[in-house]
Amino acid sequence: MNGIHDMGGMHGFGPVRAEDDEPVFHQAWEARLFAVRHALGAWGRWNIDSSRHARELIPPADYLRMSYYERWLAGLLTQLVEVGLVTHEELSSGRPAAGAEKATPPLHADGLERLLAGSPSTRDVALDPIYVVGDRVRARNIHPTGHTRLPRYARGKAGCVVRDHGVHVFPDTNAHGQGEQPQRLYGIRFEATELWGEAASSREAVYLDLWESYLVRA
Amino acid sequence: MPSDPALRVKALESLLVEKGLVDPAALDAIIDAYEHKIGPRNGAKVVARAWTDEAFKQRLLQDASAAIGEMGFLGRQGEHMVVVENTEQVHNLVVCTLCSCYPWPVLGLPPVWYKSDAYRSRAVIDPRGVLREFGLELDAAVEVRVWDSTAEIRYLVLPQRPAGTEHLSADELADLVTRDAMIGVQRLAAPGGRS
Repeated sequence: MNGIHDMGGMHGFGPVRAEDDEPVFHQAWEARLFAVRHALGAWGRWNIDSSRHARELIPPADYLRMSYYERWLAGLLTQLVEVGLVTHEELSSGRPAAGAEKATPPLHADGLERLLAGSPSTRDVALDPIYVVGDRVRARNIHPTGHTRLPRYARGKAGCVVRDHGVHVFPDTNAHGQGEQPQRLYGIRFEATELWGEAASSREAVYLDLWESYLVRA
Repeated sequence: MPSDPALRVKALESLLVEKGLVDPAALDAIIDAYEHKIGPRNGAKVVARAWTDEAFKQRLLQDASAAIGEMGFLGRQGEHMVVVENTEQVHNLVVCTLCSCYPWPVLGLPPVWYKSDAYRSRAVIDPRGVLREFGLELDAAVEVRVWDSTAEIRYLVLPQRPAGTEHLSADELADLVTRDAMIGVQRLAAPGGRS
């Protein structure tokens, strides 16, 4: 979707302000939310792509007002209700629905290692690459209304294949319960002049990782 | 639910515990891991080893997932790694314009500035301007490569080894390596001097 999250190339956000000796979490609630979010992931009711999409659905004005973890909270509350782990009524009352059976959490402290190990997005599917390193390609000029990882600033732009990353889960379908539909993923180099026009530096380039169906031969 | 995020998260956590959806001990363990065990010291060890072990460096640049895996630093949000090398001619910078993707197992959780709208929007269109705000003025002849983390590949910058560090051990070198240098917004200074 052409959402506010797709920020690459926008102006107006001011300078980048770094903080000295920054803590991992600034507020205790950020740490609790971070942990809750990961522990709930063990229920297997969502995936990384649907979680990203839940945050993309935050209305633009709200998104810009929110901090990073406030965005996480908003996305999480949406997903909890959507997948049926929690109801609207429970969120507003703060109590489990009357008569609800207590569940057993799928993640305990002794399962932490498995959580920290993560899960690869590669899939062992035999798919011949359409493109090889050195090929000229163009990112398609598409504007899907759902989740996509093709940023607006690269759409319609031509670049060069620099790496074949193998076959990965396709976010555009995986975010919407339409399956993983794995595709080959490529590293593409775009010259800054191609992305931002002739005034850009000829000594700058941006690299993006793009799925095969985002690309056509240039 | 209350509007203050601290109160909302507190209410949410107690609801989830009461429903049996999360185990509070698991939450404590997750926070402990990211506050105390997973952080940029891991990445610094990878960099220091690359500086002192040429064969490892070649493996790292060829297949970073395998090389970093050898050191036990693959994991959540760093399952697939690529390492890009800074040289006299090339400077690399990592961003995620669409969200805030970052290589957690080697760098820990990202700083607020990395997740900020300013960094996400500008790193791709004005990388030299962003670097200047970090105090890094690159020569016009240096090529800047910006890596936008649009997929599940996570990027780590291999900074240049500072001059005057030939006598240092890998452990001592690791102490010189900063998080910001591994994101690409900083060049490392020689010990006790300026870069």
